[in-house]
Amino acid sequence: MDLSAFSSQFLVGLSRAMILFVVCAGLSFVLGVLRVPNIAHGSLYMIGAFATFTVTKLIAGSAGFWIALIVAPLLVALVSLVAERALFCHLYQREHLMLLLFTFALSLILGDLVKIVWGAEYRSVSPPALLKGTISIFGASLPRYNLFLLIIGPLVAIALWLFTSKTKMGKISRAAAVDREMVGVLGINVSWVFAAAFVIGCYLAGVGGALVAPTASIIIGMDHSLIIEAFLIVTIGGLGNMWGALVGSLIFGVTQSLGVLMWPQFAIVFPYTAVVIVLLLRPKGLLKSVW
Amino acid sequence: MFGRMIHSKWFLPAAGILILLLILPLFAPRFYVYILALIYVTSLLAMSLNMVVGHGGMFQFHHGVFYGVGAYTVALMLTKTSMPVSIGFVAGPLVAAITGLIIGWFCVRLTRLYFAMLQISLGSLIWAIVFRWYSFTGGDDGIHGIRMPSFLSSLNSSYYFILIIVVLCLMTMYMIFKSPFGNALQAIRDNAERCEAIGINVRRHQLLGIVIATFFAGAAGVLFVVLERSVFADLLFWVLSLEIFIMCLLGGWFTFLGPVLGTAIILALRTFVGKYTEYWTLILGVILILVIFFLPEGVMGFFQELFKPRTRETAQGGRR
Repeated sequence: MDLSAFSSQFLVGLSRAMILFVVCAGLSFVLGVLRVPNIAHGSLYMIGAFATFTVTKLIAGSAGFWIALIVAPLLVALVSLVAERALFCHLYQREHLMLLLFTFALSLILGDLVKIVWGAEYRSVSPPALLKGTISIFGASLPRYNLFLLIIGPLVAIALWLFTSKTKMGKISRAAAVDREMVGVLGINVSWVFAAAFVIGCYLAGVGGALVAPTASIIIGMDHSLIIEAFLIVTIGGLGNMWGALVGSLIFGVTQSLGVLMWPQFAIVFPYTAVVIVLLLRPKGLLKSVW
Repeated sequence: MFGRMIHSKWFLPAAGILILLLILPLFAPRFYVYILALIYVTSLLAMSLNMVVGHGGMFQFHHGVFYGVGAYTVALMLTKTSMPVSIGFVAGPLVAAITGLIIGWFCVRLTRLYFAMLQISLGSLIWAIVFRWYSFTGGDDGIHGIRMPSFLSSLNSSYYFILIIVVLCLMTMYMIFKSPFGNALQAIRDNAERCEAIGINVRRHQLLGIVIATFFAGAAGVLFVVLERSVFADLLFWVLSLEIFIMCLLGGWFTFLGPVLGTAIILALRTFVGKYTEYWTLILGVILILVIFFLPEGVMGFFQELFKPRTRETAQGGRR
């Protein structure tokens, strides 16, 4: 195997892992605080990608993408806030599977709304001028946009870490993840903590959607392929653990892209095999789960 | 067991419905016969899932795989080998059950969401292989135009074959549901620790439950091939697994026949609402949310609640 192909494929895998991480960190956050596997997370990611497309169409030039990177996640957060306050918040006392059923129903509704608003055609977004073309790192050529992803991923991780460990809001949400009754006893409105956690998690899905837009074709159904990967990643990382989401994403992204190099036809088998091995060796995930 | 079935108050309505379904193809248009047959096949699949989810309390999130394995087994045997059809029909459920044994053996070691995720990843492995192995399984094109023996050549004869097999399977499932094994499975669902304490081997019961359920899922897969004469990789994709899971929840997962109702509702919606608008899943989503808010025990659970005699015992009969 030739080394530069290997290292460039490795870097591509790493940058794909960064997008997965941003999405999975959001999913994991919601899982940790609300204890709900949010199936609609994928649909929100899809909305983020489509919204990015629309913003870059409306605002020509490089500025479009940078504005989309801010606007699209906010739109997603707004959608999730409405869904949470109007419907979801009345269900927290229910059976676990009913919450799962609710998020599935939500994903069906959001999926069709996307189809109504944007249609079923393929869409694509081109990266801003600054991030076009390729550069070479260690003899391996890498698209500039992927390098950008490699920088953004750790930044999101640091921002999230600062949020959960340094701000009051983040501390409350971590406490709610461990013992929600105690948080309620301390006089904190748990319902609003849940709402905030849900919206923050979904906001990250929107960020992931905006980031993925220039690297993939944007199409109805992109939510399906993503959400299952995301669930597997947060499980092998440790449910509700943000660093676990990072580790899981790296495992998934890198095995996927190296699989392409080793055995292209069965490349998709590799990440699933990795997940199976991790779950058999460490059934509760690699890092500590908050569950 | 059969004696109790005949004397039950449900015997007459059930027999009436069965006779109606038997004479239906004589006058109903082809399309409705096809849709009904599809509902039977999918009902059997959803019922088999409910054995593990509703009665067993396990998070069987990738049940569609076993359906697909059954369907692919019979399709490959009929197209690649010259073995008699009957062997293929028996092999489908058997191979599905063996797959269930292997996947289940790993999964019962874990619980709840971890169980679900391990099963999804193992199932997705099988899906990925079927999806990509063009030379053997036809990849994402699938296998089409599978030849059926002459006694299944027309749609009506397939309809009767499917109906008979599904009814037989449902009766067998009912017997399992009411058997000591079925009771033990439900007891494990309600309190695994206590079952362990009174000497029930929890994992072995769960594994046996998975094997039986996957056997019936494989049978449903065979019937799917009988009806459609084709297989495709989407049968093993997790979206289908989620759909049948939803059918169980919608129909009522603590009731025996709830999944049949859930299947009929979802397939009828897709067929008849899908004719008028491509946004039928939007309507399905809204209906699901209404069910969650107003019928938490599912549609069938709601009707059971409505018709059940108001005795002291049932008033306290809260499950879970």
